[in-house]
Amino acid sequence: MSALLPPARRVWWKEPLDRVELAWILIAFAWSAILFFMMPYWHVFGKQNLSNEAYRISAEEFTKRTQTMVDKYTVRTETDEKIPVVHPPEGSDVYLIARLWQWWPLLELENGKSYRLHLSALDYQHGFSLQPSNINLQVVPGYEMVITVTPNQAGSYSIVCNEYCGIGHHKMVSRLYVK
Amino acid sequence: MNDSRNFRIDTPTGLQYHRDAELLIKANAFFGVVFLLIGGVLALLVSLTRWPSVHLLPADWFYLTLTAHGLDMLVFWIIFFEIAVLYFCSSTLLRCRLATPRIAWLGFALMLIGAVTTNVAIFRGDSSVMMTSYVPMGAHPSFYLGLILFAVGALIGCFVFLGTLVVAKNDKTYEGSLPLVTFGALTASIIAIFTIASGAIILIPTFLWSIGYIHQIDPLMYRTIWWAFGHSSQQINVAAHVSVWYAIAAIVFGAKPMSEKVSRTAFLLYIAFLQLASAHHLLSDPGLSSEWKIFNTSYFMYFAVLASMVHGLTVPGAIEVAQRKKGYTKGLYEWLRRAPWSNPVFSGMFISLIGFGFLGGISGVMMGTEQLNMIIHNTIYVPGHFHATVVIGTTLAFMSLTYFLIPSLFRREVWLPGVAKWQPYVFGFGMYAFALVMMGAGTLGVPRRHWDMSFAGTALPHEFPGSAYLMMGLVGISGVLAVIGGGMYILVTVGSLLFGRKVESSTFAQKGTPIPRAPVAATIGGHHGGAGFAAPGTFTLAIVFLVAFVLYYFINWKYLSTVWGIS
Amino acid sequence: MSQNETTDADDEPIPVMQQILDNPFLLLFIGITVPTVFYIVWGVMEIVTIPVAK
Ligand code: HEM
Ligand SMILES: [Cu+2]
Ligand SMILES: [Cu+2]
Repeated sequence: MSALLPPARRVWWKEPLDRVELAWILIAFAWSAILFFMMPYWHVFGKQNLSNEAYRISAEEFTKRTQTMVDKYTVRTETDEKIPVVHPPEGSDVYLIARLWQWWPLLELENGKSYRLHLSALDYQHGFSLQPSNINLQVVPGYEMVITVTPNQAGSYSIVCNEYCGIGHHKMVSRLYVK
Repeated sequence: MNDSRNFRIDTPTGLQYHRDAELLIKANAFFGVVFLLIGGVLALLVSLTRWPSVHLLPADWFYLTLTAHGLDMLVFWIIFFEIAVLYFCSSTLLRCRLATPRIAWLGFALMLIGAVTTNVAIFRGDSSVMMTSYVPMGAHPSFYLGLILFAVGALIGCFVFLGTLVVAKNDKTYEGSLPLVTFGALTASIIAIFTIASGAIILIPTFLWSIGYIHQIDPLMYRTIWWAFGHSSQQINVAAHVSVWYAIAAIVFGAKPMSEKVSRTAFLLYIAFLQLASAHHLLSDPGLSSEWKIFNTSYFMYFAVLASMVHGLTVPGAIEVAQRKKGYTKGLYEWLRRAPWSNPVFSGMFISLIGFGFLGGISGVMMGTEQLNMIIHNTIYVPGHFHATVVIGTTLAFMSLTYFLIPSLFRREVWLPGVAKWQPYVFGFGMYAFALVMMGAGTLGVPRRHWDMSFAGTALPHEFPGSAYLMMGLVGISGVLAVIGGGMYILVTVGSLLFGRKVESSTFAQKGTPIPRAPVAATIGGHHGGAGFAAPGTFTLAIVFLVAFVLYYFINWKYLSTVWGIS
Repeated sequence: MSQNETTDADDEPIPVMQQILDNPFLLLFIGITVPTVFYIVWGVMEIVTIPVAK
């Protein structure tokens, strides 16, 4: 039972390694280096990276900016609640509010064009989950995350909330259209 | 306290239990199992609710139950049992008295009071905030207070462990270095100290906020420090269950670590780097730079993954060496085929090891990659991953250890050995299936902590594909299977305490006898100079693991490259 | 296989790495400092320096 007992020799540091161990350590080390390398590599050559552009912002300020966008670019409303559908121009700043228990407004983007998407929450934390692509981001109140998104397929997407945000969490779902 | 029954020597195993330590180990392990029982009942309710065609609980009860399941399992069951493991690995393995038993009891009392307080807060219904209790969503103040008391109690337990190491050293109950298993426990306790201190640092202000004394808690700051607690506590588990694997390999096979140097260095890598991985949970958060994310999420260049891959080789490798010495040398795998598969101490440990590596380890590295995190963050893939680590890895390892402790510590024969024999298979394979289908559902986008994936009653519902419903149905079925396996464990352990035949094979002594060093003859013979290839079977298994790892990892990059451009 | 295995030479110095691994309190220090500096302090510094939206 010697893993339960003190090592046999007073000096165990100098005991030689078996080749099985040595070989595996080298393989595992090389693999760890590859795992590490992949992240910076993707920052340079990959097309899916978070920009890490972020700001502190109050709920009022974020709401105001969103409202300005909605006033400018609304093309129609949907659902009984008359949620505005916003069709912003290419390259513009697009705001999406997460709040109990709604994403607001609805967005309509164009395929292959890029937009600066601003995400923030007004109350609790929420989870931005774009389906069926399965892109998932944390939305934190008081902070604004800015990323440039470029849709690559037309269609109707859903935005699900996947951070628990209280009793209406499972009702927090919305649409995003790509033309 | 100088009486002649201070130490009990368990004849079959030769273990020497200091009386105070023995009682504390029993008490901590017992209450761990109580919380496992509670958590298990809740697991059943949660699983039956996430099974779409059953959808058992109403929404409020689902969220309440899930909050309680998370805390009762991940915090209360695991940490109670871990404190028991710490006392066992110090006082019992080192054959010395436990340092400051009264303070250890104080720690135990705080833990128990804390765990009960938090449970009461949850079941009153106003604290369904999930175990993460992300601010600004608030729970009842007693929810945080209970957690703080529990944390302080557990911290006391860690210091009693360290104190006991000092006692052993001063009383010279061992010579040279600590046994490897105790060293692993030391690793766990060091990680625990950082973890629990972080928990206290964030939960104390949150408690003050909940009673209105502090105005605001920054949600991003909260997330960062909370995860130093929430994730590192998983790293305590890793260090603890790896130690248990080594212990079981030694108990069942008399296996000796292939190399003290390698195994201990791997533990050192855990001590230094494992806790950085708390960043796994913040990879898709605003405001933290990619440099911080990459450095931390990779445990500084994946050194802790390297360490886990090493342990994953050396534990079965040590078993292989021991078995080959006994003459099971045919082919690559005779040693494994002829292992005692009907002994739950071994089968549980081996199922734990394989599941932890293949399911938990590979998925964990994938999720913990900065960019790849985006395609699974907060989906049910995440609980799929950690049920593979903390249930298959930790819980099952602890269960296997219990089968050894029942006769040796509780002095009872295992009741219903037939049930015990099958328990690791039912629980383990139930959990393998459960973790896999959860990961499958997460890949299809199903959110975690979510009561209704059909979004009934919403104006713009999302329609998940039929395959996602199928996966969630299988989550329900395999969850029930795993709960049955968990129930078998409770039946056997509690049954053994109540109805098991007494084991009368102890002698008593006033003082423990010092432990000898491991016999030198037990070292890997004949391979000096590193020329041997002592465990070829294990090596081939490790290569299979590596291939699975590489393929799965790059498949995910491939998928990532097909989604929207994000920059 | 050798003769010197039954007894170690008691005067052989303990290698530094072994001494480190045999020192629980040094390990405790490492285990607290590394994550505190790289994860907590660095992380908190990044959070407090997030600019206010223009
Ligand atoms: C009997 C076996 C078990 C089953 C069937 C089971 C089932 C589940 C299910 C269905 C969920 C909900 C996932 C979701 O909706 O997000 C869950 C969550 C969870 N489980 Fe288990 N579980 C079991 C054992 C355990 C054990 C032993 C642990 C810890 C040691 C554990 C820790 C957790 C945690 C931490 C969560 C997440 C709670 C949260 O999201 O806040 N489970 N489990
Ligand atoms: Cu939400
Ligand atoms: Cu939500």
